[in-house]
Amino acid sequence: MTVEKMILAVITTSPHKVAGGVTFVCENNEEMQRIAANLEAILDGIAHALSDDLLIIVKH
Amino acid sequence: MNEYTYPILFGVTIGVLTRLYLLKTDYRQYPTYLHGKIIHIALGFIAAGLGTIAVPAIMEKEFAAITFLALAASQFRDVRNMERNTLNELDQYELVPRGKTYIEGIAIVFEGRNYLVIFASFLSTFAYLVWNIWLGIVAAAIAFIVARKLMSGSRLGDIVEVEYVKPHFKGAGLYVDNIYIMNIGLEARREEILRYGMGFILKPKNFNARSTIANLGQRQAILHDISTALGVYRDSGTPALVPLAKRDLDDGRVGIFILPQEKDVEKAKAIIRNVPTLENAIRMPTKSETNQAGRVLR
Repeated sequence: MTVEKMILAVITTSPHKVAGGVTFVCENNEEMQRIAANLEAILDGIAHALSDDLLIIVKH
Repeated sequence: MNEYTYPILFGVTIGVLTRLYLLKTDYRQYPTYLHGKIIHIALGFIAAGLGTIAVPAIMEKEFAAITFLALAASQFRDVRNMERNTLNELDQYELVPRGKTYIEGIAIVFEGRNYLVIFASFLSTFAYLVWNIWLGIVAAAIAFIVARKLMSGSRLGDIVEVEYVKPHFKGAGLYVDNIYIMNIGLEARREEILRYGMGFILKPKNFNARSTIANLGQRQAILHDISTALGVYRDSGTPALVPLAKRDLDDGRVGIFILPQEKDVEKAKAIIRNVPTLENAIRMPTKSETNQAGRVLR
């Protein structure tokens, strides 16, 4: 099964902005970028930035 | 040996030569495979035979024999199916797919070329039998020219102006000129995209062109052709590095974003201009009766 057009993961440094979903809370921007890059590769998805401290992974 | 032997040989030869002439291998890389070629030459031979035999059949008053041309039609429709199925299967494994519209266009061409072969064989055999071999050769030459004319469709360069624009980011948004392409979250990806990416703006020359380049199949064909010719900086599992074409809703311009391996602006422009305008994508809104009266659409 391929899950498309869904938020597969949320990576953020501001956990209070996120409710629900698979959320990865990071200490700083550098860690957020690193985890997002890994998740992008693992999930075959694209990391999209909703704001400076909030990234989501979506498979198109 | 009878009086028809040489005319039939002549007609079949002309037909096969026409098929060979139309079977070019070009940058679209199809058909490059030897077996693909053999299939098409063999089918071209059958088509040539059918076109040729029709003439003596009429002359001998064997009118029932003409019905086998109907058989030919269904035979060559299968050619279209075969091409469509093959290309659809292969398309799943392309880094930048051709898209269904392009595939349908290619499949139609393969069917159409066989009918042109029938036409060429018929015409040249007819001229040979009615007059002589020299007029047969003249008829063959005319058939060649007609076949070439019918088979060379229009190019994108006829309907759009191509302009190079460096892609840029506004925050996470990737833009080509003022056309939004996609959202890239990772900073490392953004750097890669700025390093390898190229942007082009297709400016439609008229109202018809605007609808034609809006077609998603036509846009995919552009991306495929350019990625085939200049290479592509991507692999499976990197959907962020995908070439895309998006449209400016205000004026119908299309922004093309590509990641070529070979970053050559002039070559890329030439390739875009040379992309065929797909038969199934062409729209002619100005030909509609309502639009022909009153204000001219631009």
